[in-house]
Amino acid sequence: MMDPQVKTIDQAEYESAPVGESYLASVWRRFKRHKLGMVSLGLFLLLLVLAILAPVLSPYDPNAIVGGFGQPPSRDFLLGTDLSGRDVLSRLLHASRISLVAGVLVTLLSTTVGVSLGLISGFFGSWVDSVIMRFTDMVMSFPYMLLVLMFAAIFEPGLWSIILILGLVNWPGVARLVRGNVLSLRETPFIKRTQVQGLPGRQILFGEILPNTIAPILVHATSVMAFAILDEAALSFLAMGVQPPTASLGNMLGDAKSLTILTDKPWLWLPSGLVIVILVMAINFIGDALRDAVDPTSSRS
Amino acid sequence: MSCKRKALRSDQVLPQLIKLEDLKRYYASRSEEKWFGQDIVRAVDGVDLTLYEGETLGLVGESGCGKSTLGKLAIGLDQPTSGQVLYRMQNLHGLSGEAKHRARLDLQMIFQDPYSSLNPRKRIYDILSTPLLYHGLVEKHQLDQELKRLLDLVGLPANSVRRYPHEFSGGQLQRLGLAAALSLKPKLIVCDEPVSALDVSIQAQILNLLCSLQEELGFAYLFIAHGLAAVKYISDRIAVMYLGRIVEIAPADELFARPLHPYTQALIAASPIPHPDLPTDESKLLTGEVPSNIHPPQGCPFHPRCPLAQDSCRETRPELESDGSYPQFGDCRSYRKSHCVACPVMLTKWHKARQEGRPMPYAFPGAKRTAPDYLEERDEN
Repeated sequence: MMDPQVKTIDQAEYESAPVGESYLASVWRRFKRHKLGMVSLGLFLLLLVLAILAPVLSPYDPNAIVGGFGQPPSRDFLLGTDLSGRDVLSRLLHASRISLVAGVLVTLLSTTVGVSLGLISGFFGSWVDSVIMRFTDMVMSFPYMLLVLMFAAIFEPGLWSIILILGLVNWPGVARLVRGNVLSLRETPFIKRTQVQGLPGRQILFGEILPNTIAPILVHATSVMAFAILDEAALSFLAMGVQPPTASLGNMLGDAKSLTILTDKPWLWLPSGLVIVILVMAINFIGDALRDAVDPTSSRS
Repeated sequence: MSCKRKALRSDQVLPQLIKLEDLKRYYASRSEEKWFGQDIVRAVDGVDLTLYEGETLGLVGESGCGKSTLGKLAIGLDQPTSGQVLYRMQNLHGLSGEAKHRARLDLQMIFQDPYSSLNPRKRIYDILSTPLLYHGLVEKHQLDQELKRLLDLVGLPANSVRRYPHEFSGGQLQRLGLAAALSLKPKLIVCDEPVSALDVSIQAQILNLLCSLQEELGFAYLFIAHGLAAVKYISDRIAVMYLGRIVEIAPADELFARPLHPYTQALIAASPIPHPDLPTDESKLLTGEVPSNIHPPQGCPFHPRCPLAQDSCRETRPELESDGSYPQFGDCRSYRKSHCVACPVMLTKWHKARQEGRPMPYAFPGAKRTAPDYLEERDEN
């Protein structure tokens, strides 16, 4: 009955298949094809290294008055000094450090909250799902910036309260994403199989479902991070965020609110503005590349 | 050529494995007509069925007739709305402790779509070893050997364990799904259209593999399919489902030689025969759609499409009745070899024809056609 010719078709396919490439390895392989993504990743890593090494690289103490007021860039002060006579370059390096810390921690916090709630909601369903999702809708339906400002007014403004505030308002997107994924995965044959095989709920949830939602979570996390950096800058610009004298990209911009500074002293606002733009764009492009890389069927490259 | 085993053709009494008693599964769905309120979808609507150890029961019917739901109910993957699933004489949903655990392992399933039935993020090693280790079926140091044995059973090389599911073809994935089911040493494997997503040449391989594994390991299959050829090839008995109910059940050869229910006759006549010399039959026997199982027709669910329909068919729902071949066995459901059909009209006609020595009556003109048999024809050449 076994037709030898038939068997060779199966055999041939088997032999031509690539061997044992893990999912993450294949994502990285596709990510590398995305030029804009790679350039952005390079820029992001560069800024990350500069920020981490800020105390070493900074020529001056960022909070010390070391020169004249509002001096233009010179050999002593590569990016000039601000209105209080502090070195702009040193402040910029320390400020990007603050922004990145805020971005990363906000992303971690909101992703953790969102993923947990999404997993619980999608996996347990019924009334648990209803309660969590209605709460999510509620959080989402508040005017976002107003909520942040309100919290900022209630809590002592500062880096840590900003991280807490932004982290606790950014999770609904992740929660919905994860819930949707869990709901659709729960009906797939491979999850049904694990149920039939008698594996316990925690194994199914963390061993089978979660690994399959990592990719969309990662993609979403990049956009959360970009927004977190922007929001931190916006809050600090409004003086509701990181408090002076600590430098942050937002309050450095905030120092340059007047028209005369905008026109006469561009070194006070241009560098921090550019860093924000580069940082946010790089993160967004990384997210874009990641989105294409995690989906093998997408034709964009 | 078929894979029916001699032992099962004899009159030998086999122990019952699964017994479904007046099983119903209704789903609530949002109503299409009313703003508020729900419609009741009667996916499975009163099924009595017994599955014996080591046999293969084919389950055929159109899409949406409740085949898959019945399969899920039979292994406890879904809860019945009413009725019982008896596993070795015990209520499956009333089991606890060790018995429940054992039943969970005994009742396995393989799925239609081989591409989505293995976790794409895991290597075959992890997919196969997780349940083995969790249930403590093998010692850690024997794991590699056990995986090799399982892969060998389903005809795959031992180095498959290092690969990911996307590196396999559809047929190979179905083999891996089978290996995963076999690893727990089941007593019953529900095959939910295991070959319909595969290439025809690969279908034959998988069917043969299913046959030889059953021969070797002696478990039972509930083989769900809508392709008659595969069902005829693999099954000892065949049950025909229509709109949530079983309308005919008989040993496989018997069903194809003497289909009694008008629906079975139409199903058999409608399946294509892949032979170059045979004319293509364009005549459509069955007209109309499958009625919705939200509002099933009164009386016999098949009557709107049945040429034999009488007033009585529109009023009372016919029960499964024996064709009288084994009068000593009273209730037709309790004997494996009896031929039962839920169509008193046809049954009367058939009895009359037999007494008068006339040939088998058919509900549809021109319905008499042989069942598809591509596997047999391939074999003869």
